[in-house]
This record gives sequence, C-alpha cells and structure tokens, in this order.
Amino acid sequence: MRRFLLATLFFVVLIAIWHFLVKAGIYSPVLLPSPQSVGEYLLGAARDGTLLQATSVTVRRLLVGYFIGIMIGLPLGLFTSASKFMEDTIGVMALGLQTLPSVCWIPLALLWFGQTESAMLFVVVMGTVWSVVIATDTGVRNIPPIFARAAKTMGSTGLHKWTKVILPASLPFLVSGMKQGWAFAWRSLMAAEIYVTILTGFGLGHLLHYGRELNAMEQVIGVMFVIIAIGLLTDKILFSPIERFLHNRWGTGLR
Amino acid sequence: MSLQEELLGLPPAKLAVEKVSKWFRTSRQTVHALDNISLEIAEGEFVCLVGPSGCGKSTLLDIIAGLEVPDEGRVMADNAPVLEAGRHRLVMFQEAALFPWLDVTGNVMFGLKLKPGLTNKERLEVAKFFIQLVGLEKFSHAHVHELSGGMKQRVALARALAPNPRVLLMDEPFAALDALTREQLYSDIQRIWEKRRKTILFVTHNVREAVCLADRVFLFSRNPGQIREEFLIPLPRPRDINSIELAEHASKITRALKGYVDGEVAE
Repeated sequence: MRRFLLATLFFVVLIAIWHFLVKAGIYSPVLLPSPQSVGEYLLGAARDGTLLQATSVTVRRLLVGYFIGIMIGLPLGLFTSASKFMEDTIGVMALGLQTLPSVCWIPLALLWFGQTESAMLFVVVMGTVWSVVIATDTGVRNIPPIFARAAKTMGSTGLHKWTKVILPASLPFLVSGMKQGWAFAWRSLMAAEIYVTILTGFGLGHLLHYGRELNAMEQVIGVMFVIIAIGLLTDKILFSPIERFLHNRWGTGLR
Repeated sequence: MSLQEELLGLPPAKLAVEKVSKWFRTSRQTVHALDNISLEIAEGEFVCLVGPSGCGKSTLLDIIAGLEVPDEGRVMADNAPVLEAGRHRLVMFQEAALFPWLDVTGNVMFGLKLKPGLTNKERLEVAKFFIQLVGLEKFSHAHVHELSGGMKQRVALARALAPNPRVLLMDEPFAALDALTREQLYSDIQRIWEKRRKTILFVTHNVREAVCLADRVFLFSRNPGQIREEFLIPLPRPRDINSIELAEHASKITRALKGYVDGEVAE
C-alpha cells in the first residue's frame, strides 16, 4: 500500500510539473498541450471508438507476429545449439540479422507484400525471430552440464531430454530473450505503422502520424501514453507471471 | 509388477572393471588418467575409492556410469558390458544437481517417470517412501533453493534410490558439506544401506569417510591413475566416524596414501 501511494505521488508530481510548465506560458500551447487537453482527447477518442479500434488493430498485429516469431525462433534456436552445422549457418545468419534494425525490413516488406497486413506481420516476425533464436541458443549453451549428466544417468534421452530438461533448464534465458524479442517487435511495428499507411486497418502508429499531420499535439501525446500503457500492461500480464515463477523456483532476485 | 515387488526389488549387481585405461588428450598435453584398472565389486558390497585429486577416481566412476568411454578395457555390470548411461547405475554427484524447476517430489519422480511398468500412482507412492526414508517428508513440496546443502544431497540420494538402480555410484557427494551435516549423513547412509542393500561405489578423498562407510577401500595414486592397495574394513556396523578403531584404520590408509604422494613429488 505504501509503495502504491509513493508511486502514485511520483506520477502526480510529474503531471503537476507539466501542468505548471504549461501555465507558465513559456512554450506555445501548440507544441506543449496541457494535461487537461490530452486527457480530453483520450476521453473523446475512447468514446467515439477510434482509440479502441486502433489499439485492437495494433495489438492483434503485434500478438500474431510475436507468436509466429516465437514459433519459428524457438525451434531454430534449439537446432543451432544442437548442431555445429546449424550453428555455423542459421546461427551466423541469426546473429547478422539480429544486428539489423528491424525498421530496415519495412521497405522490403512494402515491395514484397504491398500495403497489407502481411507486410506488418512480416516486419514484426523479423523483429522477433532472430533475438528469440539467439536467446534460445544462449539459454541451452548456459545450462549447467551437471543437469545433462544427471538426466542422462536417469535415462533421459532424445525428445524427453529436450522437453523435460533442456527447455525448462534454459527458461531464465528464454524469458529474457522473449522480452527482448517483444521489445524489438513492438518498436518495429510502431515504426512500420508511422512509416506506411495500411489500408486494411489503422493502428496506433497511424493515429500518431495523423496527429502530427493535423498539428494535433494533444493527440500525439495522448497516443504516446496509450503506447506506453500497452508496453507496461504486456510486461505485467505476459512476463511478470513467468518471471515470478522463475524467481520462486530458482530462488533468484532480491525481495 | 506390484508395489511391494517394486520396493523390494532386484538383487544388487555385480560390477567388474576389466583392464580399463583412459587418456585425456588436449592440444597441449596428454594426461594418463587411468592405467590398467581392474577390480570386482560383489553384490551388495560397499566399496570406496580413495586417492588424491586428479588420480582418476572420478573418471573411473564416470566410466562405470557410462558417462565416459574407456580407451582400453571394459566394464561389466551383471555380466553385460556397459555401453551407455542408464537407470540401472544411478549417480550422486558432488553437487546435488537437482532441477530447480521441479519441487522435491518432482525431482524424486524424475527418474521414476522414466521407468516403465509402474502407474503414476505407484510412482508417487515410491517417491513418498524415499522422501520419508531420507527424512524430508515435511519438505516434499519445497523448492530446491529453499533447502540447505545437506537437504539437497538427501533429495539427490532419494532421487538416485527411487528408480531402484542395481548400482549406486557416489562421486564425493558430501565433500561440499559441513562436518556436522556430513556425520549425520554417514549414519543415514549406513541406515539406508542396511535397509536397501545396494552395490555402492563411493569416491572420496576423505580417508575417514571411506573407512566409516566401506567394506573395502581401494587406494589410488595419480600420474597415471592406478590402484596401489586394497584395504578390508572388518569393523562392525553401524560405525561411528569418531571411534578409535576407525581412526586406526584411517591412519594406516593415510600413511600409505602419503607414501605414494611423497614418492610422486620425489620423482
């Protein structure tokens, strides 16, 4: 409770500073809208459905692309950790492509898929896959060898070894890799949505873009808040339970 | 197979190590880890390998477990050559090597689940039996990191005993524990061995530990790893590690051990 109050106080103070900065009139209200006008925009956009519509379009792209990315990245990472050949081929490719900022996929995606959902998905998948491959590979390589030896003496081989020992043992690395993949996917999707108009659905990036075009600064800042909120929520809903499980079982982290 | 049969189990195995040699080659040097080792272990016998670190005793244990392959010679278990690791010869390592993603029962169940011919209900009962045997029934759902070092090794012992292996291989399982915990475990392991007589091969560099537990002690020396001497320990059980008779046996072995180590330095 105390922690909650302190955190609330912190954000109230931030908004108050913002409020007084606007009141002081140093900056033009066109460039720095008041907290009230941003709040009004968010309320209005929530009422007329634009915000919900845009959020659902964006979140759907993100979730679908992200899960496709994991479905491809996880097995690829297991392969690269298991075979020298895969390590020298797929592994090197993954490392190279992971260093490529995923925004760089957008021009290619547009030419290949046009202004379609597929282009958006492609960008998200490319943002996710490579960091998941590398995290999985690193995770498997960092498993204490004693686990493998113990499992082997108990007769765990083949598929059983991979699903019951190697995957759970590399979970701490997998989760941090998935978080990183998530961050890459989220960034690349926003870049793609701001950069191109997709006719099949307007996402949050488009709202942000049109806010700029219309000089509607309260819209720009309002949408930024929504994007931040989605990021925070995902962390709490998707990753926090897994991380709590890990801390619980591995006894890691300070409490 | 009934639960009763499962708990009573097969007779313990006879192990035979036949002229085993092993070299470790790296780009810089070749280490002659084991040189022509032969030994036999009778059914239900408790044998300790003692020697200085680097004498190859752990390597021999790995070879018997099937985790390493000898360069020469072979290991016979129940008159069949050991070709790979398997649940008939389970290993307890110096680290407990428990799986942190499973609780205590889950860890003990791990090997059991790989054993065919049992229903899951029977497996759970077997797991409970062994968790009780090592005195951890109150911790059956504890997480691994919540256990002390001694408790972790107890769980590792329960996990190794649960699938009813023919042979139990123990690689300095108590080396990282404090003296008090170790003494408690010596009496526990003797009690458990009385109840469930297994063929046990126990590797240690602690001579008193070896004398406290073993029927026979093999003394190893290094460079290359060789068996130098064999000592019979005819003391009655249960043995107290602090007893005078035990100390006499231990000092005899320690003197012999020092002789080989000093000789090695002089060379």
